[in-house]
Amino acid sequence: MEALLSRYRNLTVLLVVVVGQLLYLAYQVKTSRDERLIRVWAVSAVTPMAGVVEAIRHNTIGFLQDYFILLDVREQNRKLKADNDKLRMENVYFRNQLSTAEHARALTLFQTQSPSKTVAARVIGNSTVASAKAVFIDRGSTSGIAKGMAVVTPDGIVGKVVAVYPLVAQVLLVTDPTFKVGVESQKGRVHGVLDCGKGPCAVEQIQEEEKVTPGEWFFTSGEDRIFPKGFPVGTVISVQPGQGMKDVKLNLSGAPGGVEEVLVVLQGVHQRIPVGPVVEDSTTKALPPPPPESGAAGKQQAVSQTEADKVAQKYEQIGKEQNHVYGALASGLPNFNAKPPANTPATPTPAPKATTPPPAKAAPVLPLGAPRPKPERPTPPPQ
Amino acid sequence: MIGASEHIRPRRQRASWFGRFQVAALVLLTLIAIISKFYLPRLIPSTVWLELPLLLTVYFGLKRPSPILALLFGAFVGIAEDSLAPENLPIGMYGITKTLVGYFAATVSVKFNVENSGIRLVLCFFFYIFHAFFYWLMRRALLGQLVPLDPRETLIHAAFNAAVALPLFMILDRMKLSGELTA
Repeated sequence: MEALLSRYRNLTVLLVVVVGQLLYLAYQVKTSRDERLIRVWAVSAVTPMAGVVEAIRHNTIGFLQDYFILLDVREQNRKLKADNDKLRMENVYFRNQLSTAEHARALTLFQTQSPSKTVAARVIGNSTVASAKAVFIDRGSTSGIAKGMAVVTPDGIVGKVVAVYPLVAQVLLVTDPTFKVGVESQKGRVHGVLDCGKGPCAVEQIQEEEKVTPGEWFFTSGEDRIFPKGFPVGTVISVQPGQGMKDVKLNLSGAPGGVEEVLVVLQGVHQRIPVGPVVEDSTTKALPPPPPESGAAGKQQAVSQTEADKVAQKYEQIGKEQNHVYGALASGLPNFNAKPPANTPATPTPAPKATTPPPAKAAPVLPLGAPRPKPERPTPPPQ
Repeated sequence: MIGASEHIRPRRQRASWFGRFQVAALVLLTLIAIISKFYLPRLIPSTVWLELPLLLTVYFGLKRPSPILALLFGAFVGIAEDSLAPENLPIGMYGITKTLVGYFAATVSVKFNVENSGIRLVLCFFFYIFHAFFYWLMRRALLGQLVPLDPRETLIHAAFNAAVALPLFMILDRMKLSGELTA
């Protein structure tokens, strides 16, 4: 036996090492216990060095930009960005509340509920397993982070905390093949399970008879006990019939892979899924340009909003064309059947064909001598 | 006689010190390789395919005549990588894979002239595919995790890693890391 072992010494050692690791692996899987000590050692050895590298990179690049190019703008920008993220989160919360219920009810909800308590963190490193989508963030148990907490950005969900160390924490991203998230559609309140493991993200467990349309938003449903209900997840990009279940592809709004700064939800607050569009557009909405100033203030054209406005404008235009002054003595009747020119400046927004009444019907036949109503200038609607 | 033993002792001490230094250098290199995998994709996202710990294991296996040391080194690197993986991946997955890679690399080095660049290229290409496939298989078979494996992507990544391995091995050759350890 001894001779056999010494002859196949290499193979024996290989078997011992592999079988030893297999047994250890089986023990971890069976007992669902993780060997914390080894992980703590490894994380403690690696993350400080990664932190130093990140700090060197950040400071060397930042130094040039801060002091030679942009002075302190970079730091201010970072602070403003953090503030902006926080405000956007609050904004999403408030808009959700206001759009889901009556104003008074939303205010009551607002008074009784507080928004999710979060803490900002920065991503400092990836996982060593390429196929496992996980990152390390620079906040740990000393910042109040615990295992299982949700990680989000104002744009959408990012992942959940799977391991916590004193100064860092590991976050499993929603794009990891093993990660599932309970989601709910905005319009039909269709429940499903988000799975990003097989290529593009898909919402599974949706019956064929359920109605889901492209462009529709999905939100967290809160059923997974990780993400509070009402956080935006993404929009539907395609819906196709599958084998028994619908094949719904989703475009994540949070872009968890490339995110650099995240918010860890310390105390989650469930929100209602909004009825209308709730997520802010990236584009800035600006007020419409002011009307062009002219000599006579009364000449300013109001934008047609109602059918009555459009008819009034049309009659005014016809009157101008035929030199008719409404209400003037011996002015006669204008020909209301005459068609106004196609592009005259008097018509700022031509009405659609379907809504424009035909001239024959639109022109009212007034009895002679009857007071002709002067078309009143419509008041501009509130923007 | 006394003079001879005194002549020998400093050489042994020097070799021992040098060996320890080389071990420290090897541990440092391993740490750098793991940190590169941990941190580099944050800086340059397109380097996610780079498997420096695997290349280091292959190099160590090719340069070592002893498969036992090579497989132990592979196990060490693999377990270190496992420690930084998410907790749904228990420790030992990369450990077993890299143990086998180290063992096979050392076994191959006995039969082939591994100083040849072409053979190194082919071996690195092969070991990357073996590593990726075996890890995927273990994840599927032992943990029941249905993770997709894209063959085309794996082949491309294997080619990239093999291309990186050539200059990397040359640099390591210049350091004579493994040779000094053997001595």
